[in-house]
Amino acid sequence: MYPHTHHQTNQPILDVSHLAVRYNGRNALEDITFHLHAGERVAIVGPNGAGKSTLIKAIAGVLQPSSGDVNIYGSHPDTHVCIGYIPQRSQVDWNFPVTVADVVMMGRSAKLGPFNWPRKKDWDFVNHALETVEISDLASRQISQLSGGQQQRMFIARAIAQESELMLMDEPLTGLDTPSQEGILNLLDRLKQEKVTVMVATHDLDQAASHFDRVLLLNHRIVAFDVPQNVMQTNNLIQAYGGRLRSTENGNVLAVDDCCDDEHV
Amino acid sequence: MSFLLEPLSYEFMQRGMIAAVLVGIVCAVVGTFVVLRGMAFFGDALAHTILPGIALGYLVSGGARDQLFWWALGTAIVASLGIGAISKNSHIKEDTAIGIIFAGMFALGIALISTVRSYAVDLSHFLFGDVLSVSAQSLWLILIFGGLVLLVLFAFYKEFTTISFDPILAATLRLPVDLLNNLLLVLIAVTVAVSLQTVGVALMVAMLVTPAATAYLLTNRLSRMMLLAAIFASLSGVIGLYLSYYLSIASGAAIVLTATFFFLVVFGWRRVNQM
Repeated sequence: MYPHTHHQTNQPILDVSHLAVRYNGRNALEDITFHLHAGERVAIVGPNGAGKSTLIKAIAGVLQPSSGDVNIYGSHPDTHVCIGYIPQRSQVDWNFPVTVADVVMMGRSAKLGPFNWPRKKDWDFVNHALETVEISDLASRQISQLSGGQQQRMFIARAIAQESELMLMDEPLTGLDTPSQEGILNLLDRLKQEKVTVMVATHDLDQAASHFDRVLLLNHRIVAFDVPQNVMQTNNLIQAYGGRLRSTENGNVLAVDDCCDDEHV
Repeated sequence: MSFLLEPLSYEFMQRGMIAAVLVGIVCAVVGTFVVLRGMAFFGDALAHTILPGIALGYLVSGGARDQLFWWALGTAIVASLGIGAISKNSHIKEDTAIGIIFAGMFALGIALISTVRSYAVDLSHFLFGDVLSVSAQSLWLILIFGGLVLLVLFAFYKEFTTISFDPILAATLRLPVDLLNNLLLVLIAVTVAVSLQTVGVALMVAMLVTPAATAYLLTNRLSRMMLLAAIFASLSGVIGLYLSYYLSIASGAAIVLTATFFFLVVFGWRRVNQM
């Protein structure tokens, strides 16, 4: 009953062409064209309101583009169940009465189909996913009892249980302490080995440069999309961030925008 | 012992008890989703919105009560989907839109009923319920439709949980989110129709919200929340009817007051424990 689409594996896992999204009467995204290969790890960076969340939602197929196309392995995202969307932590009701295992099992809903309750195979997927993100011991905890890093791991586990091949993460590192951020970044390394393609929206230009294969610099349009050292050029950054840039002592450039709550599209 | 048994020697009390417990269980389980999704105002509005439907049925059938369930059911389903559509497609904020529709429909209901001479008595039955006048036929309708609601809710348990916790995940899993949302609205509507005779239009929201909220304070598992809510609601129904019998107070009010008492006790107990 729930749709499943076969992948044309000769097509790129993600192909975006001339994508535009209008939101509240203005263009949130314009003329976005790029494609990704399976197993790539890409950071989306850009100032507040640049359209990072909008891009992620359009790729996930939960936001309809006003023009242009998004294709996942050759067909529109609305019939794919291989896209794992990992929400901003601020948008989750942490008092919802579910356990970590319950949330991870939600990722199986599509594969289970209607009227079926989880079988052993589904529990195996859930347990494997919890092991991969190293929170097996928290399986029966209520979700409000998790730390920020554990919350993020839980959602990654859910995407793994969903058997997603393209993971879209909206600000997964925001608000985490440094060890937790390192933990999540290491986890992304492990996903790369499993050929999972990862797109991460982030505020941190340094992390984007050091942990990702390519960086997509966004400000309503694509300013640059390339390997980090080519994207992180001062002229590109000025084009994306305008005056909101500042040099640090060690010569790095820092984008000055520390708030991210105005981008809930 | 005779204190407990004496009221049960009356057939209307037996039927009332069964009705109160059945309605309590259905309301509590459906109410769990109402509480978690923040739909209390929708539930309250929906209950009030069905009054003109009931009034029309009442006028058409010349005051016969047994037909009213069907009128309530029909109006509730139409109203739930209508409110759902308005709150999604309106320039006005959702709660304002619901407020306008619900007060307008409620006024229409009162206007219709007021054309009948004995309207004060009948109106109060619709508003506050009259569980002691539940007929055997009504009891069957409560059992069948209440059972149906629970059956559908359990059949789509994982889907309803997923769309309630994370609508975007549900969308990326390509679950039919709009269809499921509307199905949940219809289930709430059927629940409202089933509960009409027990607590009435004006007190309905208490049955949907109070036992579920009480349970929410005590557990952080969804299934346990449903079970606890059902227990609180059933107890409220039984204790409420005894109170109604011995203190001669209106049955619907007695049930709701008992449920509210449970909530306040649990709320206070949690507060004391946290200090």
